[in-house]
Amino acid sequence: MATAQSEQVPATLPRAERPGMTDKQMLVNVRGLRFCHGDRCIFDGIDLDIQRGRITAIMGPSGTGKTTLLKLISGQLHADAGTVEVDGQTIQELSRDALYQLRIRMGMLFQSGALLTDLNVFENVAFPIREHAKLPESVLRKLVLIKLEAVGLRGAAALMPSQLSGGMARRVALARAIALDPMMIMYDEPFTGQDPISMGVLVSLIRQLNDASEMTSIIVSHDVTETTSIADYLYIIANGQIMAEGTPQEVAANESDWVRQFMQGEPDGPVHYHYPAQTLEQDLLQSVRH
Amino acid sequence: MLDSLARLGRVGLAMLASLGRAHLLLISILRGLPSMLVRPRLLLVQIYGVGVLSLLIIVVSGLFVGMVLGLQGYYVLSQFGAAESLGVMVAASLVRELGPVVTALLFAGRAGSALTAEIGLMKATEQLSGLEMMAVDPVKRVLTPRFFAGLISMPLLAALFSAIGVIGGWFVGVGLLGIDDGAFWGQMQNKIDFDEDLVNGVIKSLAFGLVVTWIALYEGYDATPTSAGVSRATTRTVVQSALAILGLDFILTALMFGG
Amino acid sequence: MARIRLSEILVGVFMALGFVALFFLAMRVSNLSTAATGEGYNLTAKFDNIGSLRVRAPVTMAGVRLGRVEAIDFDQETYQALVTLRIEDRYDQIPTDTFANIFTAGLLGEQYIGLDPGGSPEVLGNGDRIEFTQSALVLEQMIGQFLLSKAEEGGE
Repeated sequence: MATAQSEQVPATLPRAERPGMTDKQMLVNVRGLRFCHGDRCIFDGIDLDIQRGRITAIMGPSGTGKTTLLKLISGQLHADAGTVEVDGQTIQELSRDALYQLRIRMGMLFQSGALLTDLNVFENVAFPIREHAKLPESVLRKLVLIKLEAVGLRGAAALMPSQLSGGMARRVALARAIALDPMMIMYDEPFTGQDPISMGVLVSLIRQLNDASEMTSIIVSHDVTETTSIADYLYIIANGQIMAEGTPQEVAANESDWVRQFMQGEPDGPVHYHYPAQTLEQDLLQSVRH
Repeated sequence: MLDSLARLGRVGLAMLASLGRAHLLLISILRGLPSMLVRPRLLLVQIYGVGVLSLLIIVVSGLFVGMVLGLQGYYVLSQFGAAESLGVMVAASLVRELGPVVTALLFAGRAGSALTAEIGLMKATEQLSGLEMMAVDPVKRVLTPRFFAGLISMPLLAALFSAIGVIGGWFVGVGLLGIDDGAFWGQMQNKIDFDEDLVNGVIKSLAFGLVVTWIALYEGYDATPTSAGVSRATTRTVVQSALAILGLDFILTALMFGG
Repeated sequence: MARIRLSEILVGVFMALGFVALFFLAMRVSNLSTAATGEGYNLTAKFDNIGSLRVRAPVTMAGVRLGRVEAIDFDQETYQALVTLRIEDRYDQIPTDTFANIFTAGLLGEQYIGLDPGGSPEVLGNGDRIEFTQSALVLEQMIGQFLLSKAEEGGE
């Protein structure tokens, strides 16, 4: 079994220098993507590829539309220009039914977990299986328990979502996302607001799931340390453009001041600490009038 | 001057757009009917939430409204020596107007606001997006059962309100004020017409049920997914429902009894 | 499971209560139980003035309800009101010389038709006409007459 790690193909070369790379090895191809909210363009001509069986991370400061990108890939939003291709199918051209068929093969882990609050943990994980596969109750029970075991929460099957901690809720949501054995799973800010222990648990879970079942993972995050520790490939997005891409090592060695500031977490640099304003002296003198 | 005209135009366009979205939503809710009929349990759970939980407030309010009608009606009617007509007065006002209208107002406050808050919070906590990502249509799965639960519950609640109200009026009129029992029921039966009064009352309550549930679901589904947005949407549900009920009541009354 | 069962039961109770209430309103409050009998035979009567008599007003004899007003038409030849009465089948012994009056229930109440039986051995059948009628008393006319007679008394 060729897992992502045993493969020695250098996935690190920039796209232009990978002529032999066929579309077969890419699960998601994004070309010339443009998405605008009124006058403000969140993405303005983005190209990116997600390789099968790898963990690809998309990073960037808050508010750069990383979650929007996931919604564009899953067809919840439609691009103003450009194409999004998943597994050879162009998302924009799919009918509603075909899109839903494709989504059965995608999993998504929402920032809040998005568990259905009126169902307990077991029923939440069973939900997609009940909706899309007609399984006898005994088989379904085994399947759900296996999925819960994979995230270490088999014992919590009877709890309601309100009784779970944030980290546990996210793990249950992960079990639900993998319930139908998808080809790809998208993580929306999986590390935000987690204590160090659940953060560690999540990091190792994501790595394990990806390697164990040849799944493709996309992580959207701004937590530099955790994300670089598990990602095979990184994209850094800001101001509607891709600022840098490559393996974590390559990105860390990037010459650009902006990328260095982001990766190192420096308070001042090309991105200024101060919100644009007139000088402090002017403001202080004016303040009397208010 | 031009600015305020532009603002007016913008508000008008926004309202039209919102109205359009509401109608599109209604159409997709109705499209979910076949898939809901396959799984009646979804409907049952919602009738519990929308109907059964509204039962107490409807029964208690119906009883008191009927008793007040009995008292007030008696004092007015006895001045004309027509206290025996109390039954007619109580039943006519309940079956034609108060039953459907007051029930709908209470229903908007009890069930409508709860629906908006629930849907709005499901949106805010990404549960609706989550359903969509699991290839489950949130409109069919979440909104359709709630819509039909409202549509079914409202006429039953209004009928209960009217029935309990008549009994409340009977208790005050016959039990406390000593009107003849036979006259109370007899005059009522003579004057309250099945087609003209009762059927029209049921049609009204159906229309109110549709409007209140529709507004509640639309406001929840269209809410800004923040805590402030959900609370604004809930308020809007109650206010808009109340206005819609009273306006629609005038139109329906004019159509039914005006001609 | 018990929770689902309980909600099922409660929904059942709710639906049953709702339908009982509808049934109560239909049978006890409205006229469905009395008016539902579409059976009966028709009599006609001509009145000079029916006042504010309306369709579905009761038709009574000795205070007992025998039927209701089925239709009100206008006879262009005699300039009278042509009233069709629907009488229930079981009341089939109404004499031919019966007298039809339009009465008012209470001072301001609705108007209804009261029948006074005659002495004829023959009875009315479907489509027959009641010959003897008395018009409704119109309040204004009564007050006018009352004032007139008072004025005459005063004048004497």
